[in-house]
Amino acid sequence: MQPAGVAAPLKVDISEKTFRSAEGVTIVALRGLSFEVRQGEFACLLGPSGCGKTTTLRILLGLDRQFSGSYQLPEGGSNRVAAVFQEPVLLPWRTVEQNVRLALSARLRDKDLDRLFEILGLSSMRSLYPSELSLGLARRAALARAFATEPAILFLDEPFTSLDERTADRLRRLLMTVWAARPTTALMVTHNLREALLLADRIIVLSPRPAQVLGIFDVGLSRHLRDAPALDNLVSDFHKTFPDAV
Amino acid sequence: MTAGFGSGKSVSAGRRARAVSRAIGAALPAATTLASLLGLCLLWGLAAGMWPSRALPPPLEVWRVLLKEAASGDLGYHLAMTLWRVVAAYLVAMIVGSVIGVLLGRYWRADSFFNPWLVLFLNLPALVVIVLAYIWFGLTEAAAIGAVAINKIPNVIVTMREGARALDPRYAEMATVYRLGPLDHVRHILMPQLQPYFAAASRSGIALIWKIVLVVELLGRSNGVGFQIYLYFQIFDVAAILAYTLAFVAIMLLIELFLVQPLERHATRWRSRSA
Repeated sequence: MQPAGVAAPLKVDISEKTFRSAEGVTIVALRGLSFEVRQGEFACLLGPSGCGKTTTLRILLGLDRQFSGSYQLPEGGSNRVAAVFQEPVLLPWRTVEQNVRLALSARLRDKDLDRLFEILGLSSMRSLYPSELSLGLARRAALARAFATEPAILFLDEPFTSLDERTADRLRRLLMTVWAARPTTALMVTHNLREALLLADRIIVLSPRPAQVLGIFDVGLSRHLRDAPALDNLVSDFHKTFPDAV
Repeated sequence: MTAGFGSGKSVSAGRRARAVSRAIGAALPAATTLASLLGLCLLWGLAAGMWPSRALPPPLEVWRVLLKEAASGDLGYHLAMTLWRVVAAYLVAMIVGSVIGVLLGRYWRADSFFNPWLVLFLNLPALVVIVLAYIWFGLTEAAAIGAVAINKIPNVIVTMREGARALDPRYAEMATVYRLGPLDHVRHILMPQLQPYFAAASRSGIALIWKIVLVVELLGRSNGVGFQIYLYFQIFDVAAILAYTLAFVAIMLLIELFLVQPLERHATRWRSRSA
């Protein structure tokens, strides 16, 4: 399998993003936010709630064009972006498999999805409707949809919130398994430090609003060595480097 | 061993009992409907027997006229003419109304501009629209169908506009991120979300449309159920009026049972299976 996103890294340089509240007050959500994600790297955007992480992601997904600055998406794979949203956002009127196939380009529509469904433990649920799935399974279907598109970059917006810790943990490991099968440049937004330390190659630490990059934390430890005690060490390392963050 | 056999038997007996009760459960609503209709006929027969008059013929008399008209081919011809006008007006009204309704629901500027027009058309009496259509466009088929459609379109617009306002932006965003084509967007994102509104507009529409079609036929057509009813009204033949009316009501009932309801069940299959 060839590595995805050969050409260029993700480059983000947003000079300003403002919102106008209902009373006409201007709120600066982002100011001077710039960072890079290397190709094939799994990066986390870590910051306190409401600091503008989701706003950043919406800009990168092309859902919000009212900002000043620029960004450059990596190329490779199907040259597409994929997203896993805070909620699964599956179409309730289509089966799991139809939901996944709909996201694919015409060229990939009929591709073999057996392995992907197998890894995610969804093989027996392909013909179910989303309302018949638990939230954990619906998240897995959303992951399947994102990976099936063979994206050049994958964006994840706190994909494991509102799950119980055990389910969230199983899903994090599943995410690592599918990601390892096809390492894709990925940017995940989270406010959960342990989650970021478990998954990421590098953590981009953000300040409170308006979001700016405080620094980069290189996790540096091989993923399969990140068990509970190793994570505890990483957490204390992180706090030494960024005493004020999160 | 014996206990095993015994429980096996009772399980199969239980299953049979459940199957029987399921069959009864399915047959019960149909039987209730039939009994209810028979009761109505009986009541009508009794009333007609107690006060014999040309203005209230008994059910059997109506049935006789119905058979006679059917045998001569008149009934089939006029029913078919009315049915085609109903279908044509329905299609025009649903398509035009849905497109305008969705646009108004999506673009609030257009909505605030056209809303007074909508209120005007909603309150325009059906009779006025029909008369003006005949005056302006002549006593033609197109004028007749157009007039019926114009009477229905404002209702469809209002319902579909509500549907377009209730569209979930998350699905549209998902479609943007995954670059769904415009056709896929309409088919998989837009239509399923609008389906309940479409069904509501459709259901209230078809009943309204056939009633207006009769008026259109009465005023300016030389065939159809409305024309026949007007004809028999002039010669005071109540049995024939009832025969034509009931025949068309029966057709609408069959359409509802064998076309509308199965389609709706198909469109909402994902809902009924929810855990």
